[in-house]
Amino acid sequence: MAAIVRYNLLTKPQFVAALPGAVQLRLQSTQAPPPGTPPPQTKTKFGPLADEDRIFTNLYGRHDWRLKGAQKRGDWYKTKEIVLKGPDWIINEIKTSGLRGRGGAGFPSGMKWSFMNKPGDGRPKYLVVNADEGEPGTCKDREIMRHDPHKLVEGCLIAGRAMGAQAAYIYIRGEFYNEASNMQLAIAEAYQAGLIGKNACGSGYNFDVFMHRGAGAYICGEETALIESLEGKQGKPRLKPPFPADVGLFGCPTTVTNVETVAVAPTICRRGGNWFASFGRTRNSGTKLFNISGHVNRPCTVEEEMSIPLKELIERHCGGVIGGWDNLLGVIPGGSSTPIIPRKVCDDVIMDFDGLIAAQTSLGTAAIIVMDKSTDVIKAIARLISFYKHESCGQCTPCREGIGWMNKIMTRFVKGDAQPSEIDMLWEISKQIEGHTICALGDGAAWPVQGLIRHFRPEIEKRMQQHAQQSKRATN
Amino acid sequence: MFANLLRLYQLPRLVLQAPPIRALSTSEPRFKLDACNLYEKLKFEFDEENKKRAEFLISTYPEPERRGALLPLLDLAQRQHGWLPITAIQAVAEMLKLEPFVVWEVANFYTMFNLRPIGMFRLKVCMTTPCRLRGCDEIWRTCENVLKLKDGETSKDMQFTLTATYCMGACVNGPVIAVNDDLYEDLDVPETEKLLSELKSGIMPPAGPRRDRFASEPRSGLTSLLTEPPSAGFGMQELSPKAKPC
Repeated sequence: MAAIVRYNLLTKPQFVAALPGAVQLRLQSTQAPPPGTPPPQTKTKFGPLADEDRIFTNLYGRHDWRLKGAQKRGDWYKTKEIVLKGPDWIINEIKTSGLRGRGGAGFPSGMKWSFMNKPGDGRPKYLVVNADEGEPGTCKDREIMRHDPHKLVEGCLIAGRAMGAQAAYIYIRGEFYNEASNMQLAIAEAYQAGLIGKNACGSGYNFDVFMHRGAGAYICGEETALIESLEGKQGKPRLKPPFPADVGLFGCPTTVTNVETVAVAPTICRRGGNWFASFGRTRNSGTKLFNISGHVNRPCTVEEEMSIPLKELIERHCGGVIGGWDNLLGVIPGGSSTPIIPRKVCDDVIMDFDGLIAAQTSLGTAAIIVMDKSTDVIKAIARLISFYKHESCGQCTPCREGIGWMNKIMTRFVKGDAQPSEIDMLWEISKQIEGHTICALGDGAAWPVQGLIRHFRPEIEKRMQQHAQQSKRATN
Repeated sequence: MFANLLRLYQLPRLVLQAPPIRALSTSEPRFKLDACNLYEKLKFEFDEENKKRAEFLISTYPEPERRGALLPLLDLAQRQHGWLPITAIQAVAEMLKLEPFVVWEVANFYTMFNLRPIGMFRLKVCMTTPCRLRGCDEIWRTCENVLKLKDGETSKDMQFTLTATYCMGACVNGPVIAVNDDLYEDLDVPETEKLLSELKSGIMPPAGPRRDRFASEPRSGLTSLLTEPPSAGFGMQELSPKAKPC
């Protein structure tokens, strides 16, 4: 599950940081900007990315993923020097780069890591890497873990150093057995070469990396549920506050971050935050792995510049929509929990956090699910809702009961066996679930339904009319 | 009240036996179930190799928090035995000094622990939207027809268990079938039939995409990463030398 963080749960400094630039400037004083304030927007054209600027150079597994091959491609190069630079330098570099979390919520990573970098109280600190990739549509972390595992191991060391953590736990979903094997081998190689463990890279810093396999629960991708699962309990999210940065894994300060966020950190430190910030619009900077699945001619995973127009991304890398762009019905732009957008919005939407929020959806994990006109869009969304019903952990009543109701209504909508007034009822239910649960799974289930009603209401009503006519004919 | 107590007491047995035992019914029970005998039959003990593995797994968690090793240990037990009998749950509980019921509770929460016997090949067909858009309904029908199984059923010879699952995390390569730990990707109906016939003859074919691609690149040729990756140190920024050891 994507790590979606709800803004109303954030503390005030966190909240200010997450606001769009203009608002933030008004809230903060007018003194000189702190390090990491993004530069004004000057670039106008985004993408395609040049090969030399790609971070994941072995995305397709054409090269050796073991230590030797990875070192040849530049991993573990001068890591000692970076580690010796110290936490403040690393965090500053990440802040300058403008990197935002790649797991779905898009929280500024430099700021998140800096919460951990405060004087300790004797408790150990932990870094937890969220590799429980289960959001339908998303398969980016899998490619990193099986083809570029050393990027992640090195990232753990650098992110761990930035936080002053003593160990990293990589929580990988149970279904990824082969990916976990690759990861484990990479960790073992790094230990043998003295890159992690005692005196990591010869820097005098001790850092361990452990791997933990999950056992098949989507909810464990939520950060507190993931911590519970790591502690050997049922994966049920905890109430926040206290936030994991205060009381997390084993009761110690913890930061949970996505695989991609951690894996890009070494390259950012090597090539500089300004290099990373030069891609994409300001506040949405960097490169990103996009997964394009569904009705395109050649589904693929590809690393591209942020803020690339959706149309260009699909045409360039996937050979276009099946049957041409005019055959497009809609796109789910960021994994199953983001609202669907219809074709007329797709025409000129750009793929970054702010661009998609403007289109009333969200970048999420940048997993693009393309649907052409042959798709039964109501059925597609109904299937997603049944997924969320299956994965709800059952702690909060709005989610446990509400998604069940939504599933029942959606199943009838697929056939058209309902009254038009029920569409408003469904909207009301989804609004009652959203924001009333401990974790964001409830929100993730409500948003696809809201997207469907927002853009495809005539479709639903048409089906109801057809069904009513048919049943009338049957009774006559 | 006694009925409830009895149910609680019988919980382990209910887990073991697919048809529930109707202890309170007046008719003759269909079979006699001697708990002691059953436990004897399902005796579970970690073998030597797995004991070493278990020790290593426990050592990766801090001493007072060894409970963290619960999931990996349950997985280890399941790998050794094929599924998770109540005796294996007890063995894990003993190893971590936990209440057996606590362990059972956790094992019951996660979908990858099989508390009932399953077939040698566990087929999980992904039925979520991205795979459905690429035609997983036909794949599912093919599986049903060839194996003559319905969702969640195990064949009589204990060879196959067929389940419809949600996202397996390989959406770009859909439709996907997971067989035990391996993912078979980019399937269509003929490829599925071929895969099933291979499995029927007891061969595990190599995992991965089944139609002319290596991983998740575009099928007709690369659109990115066409050049050799740059060598180490490419574009490296200057790291000033005044670094002090931590």
